[in-house]
Amino acid sequence: MRTHLHIAIRFTLITTVIFGIIYPLTITAIAHFAMHDKANGQLMSRNGVIIGSRIIGQKFTSDIYFHGRPSAAGNGYDAANSGGSNLAPSNALLVEHIQSAVAAYQTQNPGQPVPIDLVTSSASGIDPDISPAAALYQVHTVAAARHIPQETVRKLVDAHIQGRQYGLLGEPRVNVLELNLALDALPH
Amino acid sequence: MTLNGWLQFLVYFVVLLVCIRPIGVYMMNIFNGKVDFLRPFESMLYRICGVHSTQEMEWREYTVAMLMFSVVSLILTYLIERTQQFLPWNPQHLGAVAPDLAWNTAVSFTTNTNWQAYTPESTMSYFTQMAALAYHNYFSAAVGIAVAIALVRGIARHETRLIGNFWVDITRTCLYLLLPICIVFSLILVSQGVVQNLHSYVTTQTLDHGTQIIAQGPVASQEAIKMLGTNGGGFFNANSSHPFENPTPLTNFLEMLSIFLIAGGLTVTLGRMTGSRGHGWAVFACMSILFVAGFVVTYWAESQPHPLLRGVDQRASILQSGGNMEGKEARFGVSESALFATLTTDASCGAVNSWHDSFTPMGGLIPLANIMLGEIVFGGVGSGLYGMLVYVVLAVFIAGLMVGRTPEYLGKKIDAFDVKMAMLYVLIFPVLILTFSAVSAVAPQMGLSSLTNHGPHGLSEVLYAFSSAAGNNGSAFAGLNANTHWYNISLGFAMLCGRFLMIVPTLALAGNFAQKKSAPISPGSFPVHSTLFTILLTGVILIVGALTFFPALSLGPVLEQLLLQHGTLFS
Repeated sequence: MRTHLHIAIRFTLITTVIFGIIYPLTITAIAHFAMHDKANGQLMSRNGVIIGSRIIGQKFTSDIYFHGRPSAAGNGYDAANSGGSNLAPSNALLVEHIQSAVAAYQTQNPGQPVPIDLVTSSASGIDPDISPAAALYQVHTVAAARHIPQETVRKLVDAHIQGRQYGLLGEPRVNVLELNLALDALPH
Repeated sequence: MTLNGWLQFLVYFVVLLVCIRPIGVYMMNIFNGKVDFLRPFESMLYRICGVHSTQEMEWREYTVAMLMFSVVSLILTYLIERTQQFLPWNPQHLGAVAPDLAWNTAVSFTTNTNWQAYTPESTMSYFTQMAALAYHNYFSAAVGIAVAIALVRGIARHETRLIGNFWVDITRTCLYLLLPICIVFSLILVSQGVVQNLHSYVTTQTLDHGTQIIAQGPVASQEAIKMLGTNGGGFFNANSSHPFENPTPLTNFLEMLSIFLIAGGLTVTLGRMTGSRGHGWAVFACMSILFVAGFVVTYWAESQPHPLLRGVDQRASILQSGGNMEGKEARFGVSESALFATLTTDASCGAVNSWHDSFTPMGGLIPLANIMLGEIVFGGVGSGLYGMLVYVVLAVFIAGLMVGRTPEYLGKKIDAFDVKMAMLYVLIFPVLILTFSAVSAVAPQMGLSSLTNHGPHGLSEVLYAFSSAAGNNGSAFAGLNANTHWYNISLGFAMLCGRFLMIVPTLALAGNFAQKKSAPISPGSFPVHSTLFTILLTGVILIVGALTFFPALSLGPVLEQLLLQHGTLFS
């Protein structure tokens, strides 16, 4: 028994160095040199200011921007406190949240049913994407707020629809940050 | 439900099927000593640690070594958590982890559970994540595989007391199986956008005039072993739904594949090592039946519209996934979330790419029931196979009783000791889950004050927590606030019992099997490679599971489903 205790102590310490320190640091070093942008979170800058990560959703509230999904991360889109609402379908609060989001969206598009992902909170709370349906649903509002033709905005949305990966995996989607950056880049 | 959703499932299953034979054969060669490309390094490690690598152990010694290693590595993890403020790679200057939480987490990662009562971003330093948590991701997986291999050796050998050398088994598992795959896997993950750095969190000025702090870390290296070792403990709170842990549908596919890869491969290893390949495939078939059935129900349930929502478009179309999108990511939609949830609870993985707490009642019932069946549908690496073999012993025993012959398994007579150990294994699990859940459900201050959702779903939250802990799964109906003294301590206890009180009978079985005589298989032996055997095994699993847990499930998810259809909500 004592032999195994001695082995266990030495074994744990040595393997901690190998698997707990050398392994992750080696991967970090390779990633740093071979895939610097991806390894550091695909940060994007505009005019020298870091404006976010391409793959992390951020909060949009003005009408001139497309909105992402409701977020339960911190006070909304907290990328240092990710998470979902964890509300059950039988929880009255969930139905209340969804219906109030629906009511807000329907003031812009009276009578039109709202795509489900636009009124339900994502799992991460920082979902960078919305469904193409959810993007198209907002075209009217964004175009009106920016005083530009709906057709222009719709074309921009179409150009930003990412299909399934390899035509098979996942769901078609629109990256909200990229779409909004493209909106800002439109000539006036 | 969409054609594409079914197609993605089909592709998953086919790719799994293609992968398991090579990986299974490779594992056999690792444990037969044929794979040895790191021999000098391996020998050096044994020399420094004082391991006599050529000496095999009998089951008691194997158990002692396993327990010693678990205790020592658990204590080291606890110490690292408590002193992380003095250790390197802590750019956020996070303080020491509180004692009860540190205990819960150390137990959780040592037992391959990876239950997380904390928010990693604001609790664990990079050093703790790498050297304590990711370390256990390797070695708790290796311990599971070692125990499974010891049991398979016991079945395959005869008239010996020796079942292998624990230190050699875990070393070889890590060096030859887990490490090479993880190096490749983590680099693929980085290429898709999983972060891997040691920087402090980044503050950004968002487009719409806000600020956002974005957490960073050495994620990819941990993500790879988290999935491959069916550990499941997220680097971030949002686990595999976080875009930095699981950025694309491809990473999602690979993460799902890695959950079943080793466990699926072990069925092939079982067939090869026991000299009955058909038996390995019969076990694989039983697992596949339960897996497919679980997915079909979950996918169907999650595609259903919520009956009480008005003014919402919930239908699947080419423009949206539709269905129940609360707690799911847009890039994965309903089908990939349902598949991930089924896989992660079939196995004792516990990683999530969507929140099971927000699943429809029937969609949430399947993950819960999967765990309650003992996570033997492929299961955790190693633990799935040894759990399944316990059910095999029971199935063979029951078959023997039905025809009035002495039950035999692969030429060995099943005796009273075997059945006692098997029953001990099977009984510990419901005793833990049901007792602790019952205590929590009648203790308003300790148990119920942690609930987010009330009514029958509240019971589901508690049941899920103790099932997840006892089953060493680690996923949660995460609305339950588990970071309280009661839950940290009781769940920690359930995790320990659910791991070690099940491994010890398993190793005892291994030892008992190893010393038996092996009789040649006669026409009177019960064939364990037939379709009949697969059906019988599936039946035994479902009957044992249903008899044990149906009453509890009917008060939780089943009741919730009925009430929801009736329009009843809880606040």
